[in-house]
Amino acid sequence: MSSARYEYLLRLGDNALILSQRLGEWCGKGPALEEDMALTNNALDLLGQARLWLSLAAEEAGDGADEDTLAYLRDDREFRNVLLVEQPNGSYADTLARQFLFDAWSSLVLRRLLASSDPAIAAIAEKAVKEVSYHLRRSSDLVVRLGDGTALSHAMLQGAIDKVWPYHHELFIGDAIDAEMVASGIGFDPEHLKDEWLAYVREVLNEATLKVPAAGGWMPKGGKQGLHSEHLSKLLAEMQTLQRSHPGASW
Amino acid sequence: MNPAVVMPSLDQVWAWLAEVPDPEIPVISITDLGIVREVRYDGDQLVVTVTPTYSGCPATEVIAAMIQEAMAAHGIANAKMETRLSPAWTTDWLTPEAKAKLHDYGIAPPVGLAANEQRIDISRLSRRVPDAPVVVCPRCASTNTEMLSQFGSTPCKSLYRCKSCREPFDYFKCH
Repeated sequence: MSSARYEYLLRLGDNALILSQRLGEWCGKGPALEEDMALTNNALDLLGQARLWLSLAAEEAGDGADEDTLAYLRDDREFRNVLLVEQPNGSYADTLARQFLFDAWSSLVLRRLLASSDPAIAAIAEKAVKEVSYHLRRSSDLVVRLGDGTALSHAMLQGAIDKVWPYHHELFIGDAIDAEMVASGIGFDPEHLKDEWLAYVREVLNEATLKVPAAGGWMPKGGKQGLHSEHLSKLLAEMQTLQRSHPGASW
Repeated sequence: MNPAVVMPSLDQVWAWLAEVPDPEIPVISITDLGIVREVRYDGDQLVVTVTPTYSGCPATEVIAAMIQEAMAAHGIANAKMETRLSPAWTTDWLTPEAKAKLHDYGIAPPVGLAANEQRIDISRLSRRVPDAPVVVCPRCASTNTEMLSQFGSTPCKSLYRCKSCREPFDYFKCH
């Protein structure tokens, strides 16, 4: 059941699902009404993308699973999202820094998948890349506004970028699943995205008068293989509680 | 197959579909919106192919149910719904009538073509963003407007304000 394509689809779907859940936590608590709406709309786009990826994963598994059982009935070790997206929301600066680094990477991922030899994957990428490009424009604009804003917003955003920075390394580390996807023409080598990602992030941070953190340092990884921080377990406890307590509940 | 049942022509089906309103913006129909991509018969079963506007648009499922209901009302009980993701929906598919109806309803229609916008930055990430479109206030026709938020009340809209008449309004994003 656990084919490489299944694992690959879980990674794509879980990144979108977990970040969507994180953004949804801001609902009703955004710093301004417009920001509240923007975050939840962003979450909605990601949730839609997660459904598309996970439905395809369920189809690949062919064991009676569907998008809902994959979202609600897997344990933390079975999730394949990168560590970046499970990081807690923190302050608005923390949420924005996480979103900006993710949007830039996700845009590149989806652009690569447009050329996938797998037509179902290419079709989802075609749909999602338009949405994520819009997210990236928004998060980039906000990074510039707050970075090049007041002394306080500048300091908060620099602190947030520094804090979330170690989690970008994992985005560019390939493993055996990635290698298999490259060989079959379905996927790409994640390492090949790094230069362009870094060039873009640097351009925006420069414009925002923010510093790009030094290279090297702590490189947490393992999310893609199911090794997560405790943050994910708590997120799942909340997200899954209804289906765990009342299996099959619907309304 | 029941020989007594006469299958309505596809033109007739399209005309019926043109009467199904968008659940969130009821002044335009689902065919105005350009989301109905194909109508065909598979044997004696009608198949309607729809493409979603945005991946997470909550109206997608409501629209599918409304289509089946409308078809059932015209005697087609077993209409099958199919989803097509590629080519991805674009506001370039909005009919000119739809744009006029949006405007009259108080929503500024998309300015320009999404296809032109994407030609700019599809190959690599670029910080160069296309010039912001001049969005005309649907109430007073002033071009002195500003964006308040990239996202509005639904995924397909952003929020604007007219600096002449001071009224806020929705802009149907070019997508």
